[in-house]
Amino acid sequence: MSALESLRIAMRALRVNKLRSILTVLGIVVGVGAVVCMVSVGAGAQAEVSEKIRTLGANLLLVLPGAKNSGGARLESGTQPTLTEEDAASIRRELVDVQVAAPLLSRSMPLVATNRNWVTVVAGINADYLVAREWQIASGRSFTSDEITSGTKVAIVGSVIVEELFNGRAGVGETFRIGSVPFTVIGVLDRKGLGAAGRSQDDVVFIPLSAAKSRVLGAVRGTTREALDFISIKVSDASAMPEIERELEALLRQRHRIRGDAPSDFRIENPADVLFARGAAVRLLGSLLIAVAAVSLVVGGISIMNIMLVSVTERTREIGLRMAVGASRRDIRWQFLIEALILALMGGLVGAISGAVASVTIALKAGWPILISPWAIILACGFAAFIGISFGLYPAHRAARFDPIVALRFE
Amino acid sequence: MQPLVRTAGISKSYPSGGTTVRAVSNVSLAIEHGEFVAIRGRSGSGKSTLMNLLGLLDRPDCGEYVLNDREVAKLSEDRRAAIRSHDIGFIFQLPALLPRATALENVELPLVYAGISPSKRRRAAKDALERVGLADRSHHWPNQLSGGEQQRVVIARATVNDPALILADEPTGSLDSATSNEILSLFETLHRNGHTIIVVTHATEVADRARRQITLHDGRIIKDAAASDKNLLPNGIVLDSSR
Repeated sequence: MSALESLRIAMRALRVNKLRSILTVLGIVVGVGAVVCMVSVGAGAQAEVSEKIRTLGANLLLVLPGAKNSGGARLESGTQPTLTEEDAASIRRELVDVQVAAPLLSRSMPLVATNRNWVTVVAGINADYLVAREWQIASGRSFTSDEITSGTKVAIVGSVIVEELFNGRAGVGETFRIGSVPFTVIGVLDRKGLGAAGRSQDDVVFIPLSAAKSRVLGAVRGTTREALDFISIKVSDASAMPEIERELEALLRQRHRIRGDAPSDFRIENPADVLFARGAAVRLLGSLLIAVAAVSLVVGGISIMNIMLVSVTERTREIGLRMAVGASRRDIRWQFLIEALILALMGGLVGAISGAVASVTIALKAGWPILISPWAIILACGFAAFIGISFGLYPAHRAARFDPIVALRFE
Repeated sequence: MQPLVRTAGISKSYPSGGTTVRAVSNVSLAIEHGEFVAIRGRSGSGKSTLMNLLGLLDRPDCGEYVLNDREVAKLSEDRRAAIRSHDIGFIFQLPALLPRATALENVELPLVYAGISPSKRRRAAKDALERVGLADRSHHWPNQLSGGEQQRVVIARATVNDPALILADEPTGSLDSATSNEILSLFETLHRNGHTIIVVTHATEVADRARRQITLHDGRIIKDAAASDKNLLPNGIVLDSSR
């Protein structure tokens, strides 16, 4: 008998017991759904981490000012403005594997164009910062070294600024005010999308650090005109990162005259590590879901076996009749095996669809990134089929072992 | 020409409540092509076991069985299944139809296992149903058919692959007498058309339609007589045939 014939017989049998078939495959549905959902969320998180690391710039280290000690209570990071442009310059000079060490000083400021205004982060930088972040200029140009040293009132803006302040006009050549100081746009940045903190990286205005200090930001800070928000360091070789971190620590402690085991007044961060840690958290959640899926699939398999055993007993007389009219043991075994396989595959299919729907719902409601992979669906359905066959084997074998005479007498 | 069915000393025992019961004991018989034979006996006489042996549903403990020029007593289960699907048509007591298949699909069943293509077997099944006068019931479910109609579907199924041997076990067991007569007439038609038929029954009116009666008692043949002298015992005493 052909496989197609067995398939037809199995479909007929399953249709007769619709509700029973549906209940039987629930375990498989949940298991496969969980696998598809988990893989989608995991792959999405992985893709997001890679994308963020990419937009961050490869091999990046950040040096941040440390927390101020105020009567024993440590205040938040950056309360102690200890980093200077000199620190940045010396890092660049002293450490061999450091490609650039870019200082940055930023503050949220009101912007005003002819008839629009906007509040955003204004950051004083030099051209090195764009190198460290691997950030390209989409139109216009970067700062010249002359503009950096003399503090010219020019700005490079992110794409969000072009939309919000210049209403989508070209941007380059426009003038606007930061607070009350007029600036001219000389460049527009490439779009980078959402950053690690979930904020648009394109909502930013860059101006020369000297201009920021002398004309826009420095005056407000008052006390220490030299202080920086952080220094971005691009290391030429990823494998040198841990060593650079140690050298950096030593260099800055020396420059800041910190002795012995006194705490550093700065902090070194590897932003990629933070992202990887987040990815790892999502992966952990994924492994939990895998455990749920594994349990569900096994329970699903057992319920398929259970229902198949019931079905074999119920249809003893049918099996006897089929054998009498010429069904071989193999025909009978195939009939029940295919029935179990179809049950499992239907469960797998429904599970894959539910998993995909659940993934999309998670993406929409929780804002998690997801990536539905066809391989996950194929793999999950394949596993469901494997479950169906392995748990359908025993009932099918039992049906095939029936003695036709006994089976025919069965009422 | 060799007889269609020839057994030599076949026996079959079953374990039953600690002891073994010899259901068929040393039975030797020959049935020619085109014969219409009744196997009679009370319940427990071994007639059903003999039918199972003749129909290759069961294997004898010892003895020889040649069916259609082929020694079949010691064949494997799958080989016997193949012979069943090609050479033997079974007519069981009701309910003998698959409840979840239409009349047509039930008739097709032996051809499915014989590996006949769907279009061919559909045609053959329709023809077989037409021969038993049920062409218009093809797509009915068994529970939509009367007992007589169901039994006619069973007969169509038993003849659809044009088997060498048709075996019937109490074919009128659950039918009223009018319907029984219809079914028995159908058997006579099959016989006239050249089919070899063996009917197992305890009912005299069924056995009387056959041209030869074999009577079993305790697993042994105690009488084997042609219909023409069916009222004559081997010792020559005439029985009253009017009862």
